[in-house]
Amino acid sequence: MNASRVDGVLVTLLLGVLILWFAPASMGRYGTYVLSLWIVTAVAVMGLNLTLGVAGLKSLAQAAFMGIGAYATALLTTKAGIGWFPAFMISGALCFVVGLFLGFPALRVKAHYLAFVTLAFSTLVWLVLRNEQWLTGGVFGLSNIPRPVIFGIKTDNALPFHRFVVVVTLALALILWWLLRSPWGRAFLALRENPVRAASLGINIRAYTLLAFAIGSAYAGFAGALYAPLVEFIDPSPFQLSASFFLLLMVVAGGSGYQLGPFVGALLGVVLPEWLRFTGGLYLIIFAGIVIALLIACPQGVLGLFERGWAAVKRRPMGANPPVKGAA
Amino acid sequence: MAEFIAYLIAGLATGAIYALAAIGFTLVWQTSQTINFAQGEFVMLPAILILAAVKLAGLPLWIAVILGIAAFILLFGWGFKLVIVDPMIRHGVLPLAIATMALSIIMKEGAKDGFTAEAQTFPSLVPQETVTFLGISISLQHIAIIVVACVAIGALQWFVTQTKTGRQMQASAQNPNVALILGIPVAQMVMLTFLINAALAALASILISPIYLAKFSNGEVIGLFAFIAAIVGGFNQVRGALAGGLIVGVIDSLAAAYISTSYRLAVPLVLLVVIILIKPEGLFGRKEERAV
Amino acid sequence: MATVLEVEGIKKHFGGIAAVDGVSFTVEEGEILGIIGPNGCGKSTLFNCILGQLSPTAGSVKLDGADVTGMNPEDMNRRGVSRTFQLLQVFPELSVRENLILAGQEHQGTMLSRLFGARDAGLTAAADRMIGFFKLGHLADARAGGLSYGQQKLLDAAMAFMAGPRLVLLDEPAGGVNLTMLGDLKERLKAMNAEAGATFVVIEHNMDFVMSLCTRVIVMAEGKVLAVGTPAEVRANPAVIEAYLGH
Repeated sequence: MNASRVDGVLVTLLLGVLILWFAPASMGRYGTYVLSLWIVTAVAVMGLNLTLGVAGLKSLAQAAFMGIGAYATALLTTKAGIGWFPAFMISGALCFVVGLFLGFPALRVKAHYLAFVTLAFSTLVWLVLRNEQWLTGGVFGLSNIPRPVIFGIKTDNALPFHRFVVVVTLALALILWWLLRSPWGRAFLALRENPVRAASLGINIRAYTLLAFAIGSAYAGFAGALYAPLVEFIDPSPFQLSASFFLLLMVVAGGSGYQLGPFVGALLGVVLPEWLRFTGGLYLIIFAGIVIALLIACPQGVLGLFERGWAAVKRRPMGANPPVKGAA
Repeated sequence: MAEFIAYLIAGLATGAIYALAAIGFTLVWQTSQTINFAQGEFVMLPAILILAAVKLAGLPLWIAVILGIAAFILLFGWGFKLVIVDPMIRHGVLPLAIATMALSIIMKEGAKDGFTAEAQTFPSLVPQETVTFLGISISLQHIAIIVVACVAIGALQWFVTQTKTGRQMQASAQNPNVALILGIPVAQMVMLTFLINAALAALASILISPIYLAKFSNGEVIGLFAFIAAIVGGFNQVRGALAGGLIVGVIDSLAAAYISTSYRLAVPLVLLVVIILIKPEGLFGRKEERAV
Repeated sequence: MATVLEVEGIKKHFGGIAAVDGVSFTVEEGEILGIIGPNGCGKSTLFNCILGQLSPTAGSVKLDGADVTGMNPEDMNRRGVSRTFQLLQVFPELSVRENLILAGQEHQGTMLSRLFGARDAGLTAAADRMIGFFKLGHLADARAGGLSYGQQKLLDAAMAFMAGPRLVLLDEPAGGVNLTMLGDLKERLKAMNAEAGATFVVIEHNMDFVMSLCTRVIVMAEGKVLAVGTPAEVRANPAVIEAYLGH
């Protein structure tokens, strides 16, 4: 986490915002929608990147939290007449709190149990979303989710909504960037690299693990709050267990632990299928195949590959190594 | 009461199938630190392969079964280890676990796109009849499943305790370093567990598909039950996986009968969470010491 | 002089094997206590029991009079006890300075204040002082993983001191370190003891290192205490000589 790499992230984020602000000019409505979907997915992957890539926790509930955020926002904005921004904050806070409650007991035991507890939680959430028709619309879902009005500007059309998504995502990415630079970020890294050593230095393993998990889940909630108005109609299917697997694959494909990894991973997971639409339903298989190949060749994902290439170009031994997967 | 016994037996039958899946899962985890998130798809696919062989290649059923099982064991026992596990294990447990997640997607989508998205009927070993015993009507199929599963598990147990290879395999699972020193070909033993896992999964597939129909999405629920069974029973003991499977099967069957069907899945899930909180090593598992 | 640490009857059993079989000793403020003994006599296990990596099967540990038996490592560290490990455990991805900041940050303020406060938790000056003290000055920004083994050992020791601890336990600090570095290490530890009044317990294999550094020495064998005394006394003890014959 040396200075130059962090600033590189900041520069890339700001440049990225600039590009994305103007990019849809040449794309139709659908192209703009795909761009927005990519960014919204990246927010969820960002959260999971914190949980998995930085703190080393296998969460299989990221899509479920996204669902909680999406449904919360949808219900608050359609049925309770609450504005988008308060709904957005509530969605994030709700997921944060649920994440704390979920993580607290699970972390009393060995880390790999978190995977199974989150797996159970995912399925339970999906069951509730599907069954409680009075609340969630069941399999019929919720429709006519309104797009927000920001300072008097309506975002009903694709372009203004896209720009709105870009701004919100930038804010969320900056918060995460700043979090990782702070002493908390250092503690998270220690937690992943060497928890025994970290504990002996006074780092409260349980507190930081819980926070990483809760913050990561909150980000999924934020992603859901953006997703609901983007698609304007939600049902339980995008939030089931396989979607959580898919988000994990995106974290890894982009580069687990790299701050810009989520954008690359989400690109592969969201935009790639669009390019591969001509192959029919095969894009999922292709994506999964790419991930397996990546994992074998370079478990640090695409960004890890870039870093290796860059190091080779500069002809020095693997310098600032990417975060290591580590033993067990 | 008669009804209750019938549900109990149904639960033991499906539970025996989950036990097969859970035992394979546990064996692979024990010997090579592989958490196979595709285990559910391992149970889904053999039936699909067999049906594909019948419908697309026009093979008679019994040939399709033999070929299908052989092909499956080759691909997802031997092939799985060589292509996915071996290259990945040096990177650590996490990348391997994620690779199995990717594999599960490939298997699921492959079945859906390669064959069909529709649920297919799968022929049963025994006729779909019920017998009446002491006033309880019991499905012959359930009895057959319990018998076959018992035989399989019994054979496995005999193999592991009574044969030299089996004992070597157990030793490799419990302490690979010591096993190496003792001259046991650990790598081969590990491959053996993968083959056994594939065989158990294939057997489970043939037993469960007549009941639940063969569908590409079956893997999700079956996989979930296999994990729950393995954890509830005890991750580091094979007999734990057996007990876990039966418990999960029975609870699921009773939940479906006596609790709302839409929340039937919630009951084993709650059981999982409770066990992880109270006795994380499982009902029959051994406690693992905090590492330095 | 105050008694910093009081270890009473510590036992640790693994299955049927008693790795530590009833060890008692005290550590006085300001002293450098050495623990030596043949391989496998239970030294590291003893440390782990005192510091919380393992829970002792029996016995008690008191820090400044308060019972801390079985307390987990984070809390032990919070109370002013730090340690190094036998297997080098610096964080290779962070710079030397970052490693030191990490080692001290949890003692600065509260979790929330650390979230909203300075990036370095106000520890850059202290870290640089430590770097200077351990003569790693030119390496402050270097990636810790790129340092030589001896330099990493120095960093490891420095990290243990960052939080200004009451008591430091060093597990084989000289292991694998070349002679020149060893001299540096010993000299730095002595200086830390003299200037900051730091109290140490050192496990070591290297007899010369221990004898020239420590003020008092405990000899262990087969999980028990064999002898206690000054380096000279212990060196002359026939039971000790016997235990070491052939090693």
